[in-house]
Amino acid sequence: MIDTASELEAVHVKLFLESLFLRYGYDFRGYAYPSIRRRILRLVMLEEVTGIPELQARVLKEPACLERVLHSLTIHVTAMFRDPEFFEQVRAKVVPVLRTYPFVRIWVAGCASGEEVYSLAILLHEEDLYQRCRMYGTDISESVVQKAKAGIFPLAAMKDYTSNYIRAGGKEDFSKYYTASGGGATFRPWLRDNVVFAQHNLVTDGSPNEFTLIFCRNVMIYFTGDLQARVHTLLYSSLVRLGVLALGRRESLRFTPHEHEYEGIDSKQRLFKKVG
Amino acid sequence: MSKHIVVVGTSLGGLNALTILLAGLPRDFPAPIAIAQHRTRDADSSLAELLQRQSALPVVEADDKTPIEAGRVYLAPPDYHLLVGAEELSLSTEAPVSHARPSIDVLFDSAASSFGTGVIAVILTGASEDGAQGAAVVKRRGGRVIVQDPNEAESAIMPLAVVNRKLADAVLPLRAIPLELQQIARR
Repeated sequence: MIDTASELEAVHVKLFLESLFLRYGYDFRGYAYPSIRRRILRLVMLEEVTGIPELQARVLKEPACLERVLHSLTIHVTAMFRDPEFFEQVRAKVVPVLRTYPFVRIWVAGCASGEEVYSLAILLHEEDLYQRCRMYGTDISESVVQKAKAGIFPLAAMKDYTSNYIRAGGKEDFSKYYTASGGGATFRPWLRDNVVFAQHNLVTDGSPNEFTLIFCRNVMIYFTGDLQARVHTLLYSSLVRLGVLALGRRESLRFTPHEHEYEGIDSKQRLFKKVG
Repeated sequence: MSKHIVVVGTSLGGLNALTILLAGLPRDFPAPIAIAQHRTRDADSSLAELLQRQSALPVVEADDKTPIEAGRVYLAPPDYHLLVGAEELSLSTEAPVSHARPSIDVLFDSAASSFGTGVIAVILTGASEDGAQGAAVVKRRGGRVIVQDPNEAESAIMPLAVVNRKLADAVLPLRAIPLELQQIARR
């Protein structure tokens, strides 16, 4: 049985999200409850307020608080070559598909600060495909899109990223892709010659183009099943026939509206080809 | 829909402890079981297979939005937090909590908010204090906390953290925990 405190908390979470939407138009109402609740409770701590109602009152009155709220409600955790085996399979099984196209358009949806975009750019460069690719990296948050454009990542992370890169089948000395200065690793500007970074909201915006390959990894895990279904429809309609959809390692197409219009390329790594 | 859910947290020594725990549960165990076991982020899926060998209940690594069903065992995948919703499990790649992803605190806290008094939290052997905060939330929301006897645990730190905060409803040897779980879950 749900205790009263949890019940009340759920009501406050709902009211908070509703008020964000009514006042500012930001729609987090389709976010999965357990994780959005967590992030709202963390905001309550960060803002040093007594509870969700006071947080709500503050964000309604103070647009300056909105920036902080938006930043806390979305997840920006990412890494270069996260899940090396996944990138290995992209190299082995997706690259041959891309080779059959004279021009390749790629969308990294929910790219956060861009680590995955740079990873993919490096991989495509090594496979001699980068020149015929145009990549879109989009995220709901304008501030992380700016970070992605800058392409500067913490130098301290490079040890992990280098090991990921090698395990992902990297062919070069990873350090040739960045220059170190201060505490940052600045990635080579040519890696984004064929990249467009832009703000885009998967929940409310339409398709930005038609793509041969879409990465949307560990983005929809923050959505409810209903919202996932809507976003899946957007992704499906943004893919060319025989285009490839890449999901996170623990995301599935089960119970999504286009489940039967995809075929697994590598079911373990959650790579799917649009066949319907 | 079961009114109970068992949530289990463990780290060092967890494989042995989980094997014994699951081996003691019958095929008709009436509640779902969600487990956060600390492991390296690139661990493969062999943990589920190893546990399955000794378990009458089906053991799976959870996918995002897996429906929660009684009598099934869900493992947090490496490098993801596992969260309990009212009807389904969610995953998250949010930053590690106390250096852990999956975090036991995150699992327990989410279960408390979704199952309230129906939560049975189990803390087994482990080498960090992850789980103690989550156990406090479970208690506050009316759930129960069972702790493996620190004297027999391979690593006593995790059980002791809960016992010392006076959060344990029962401190039991590992082999007695399956029976305790059945008694509570069948009520």
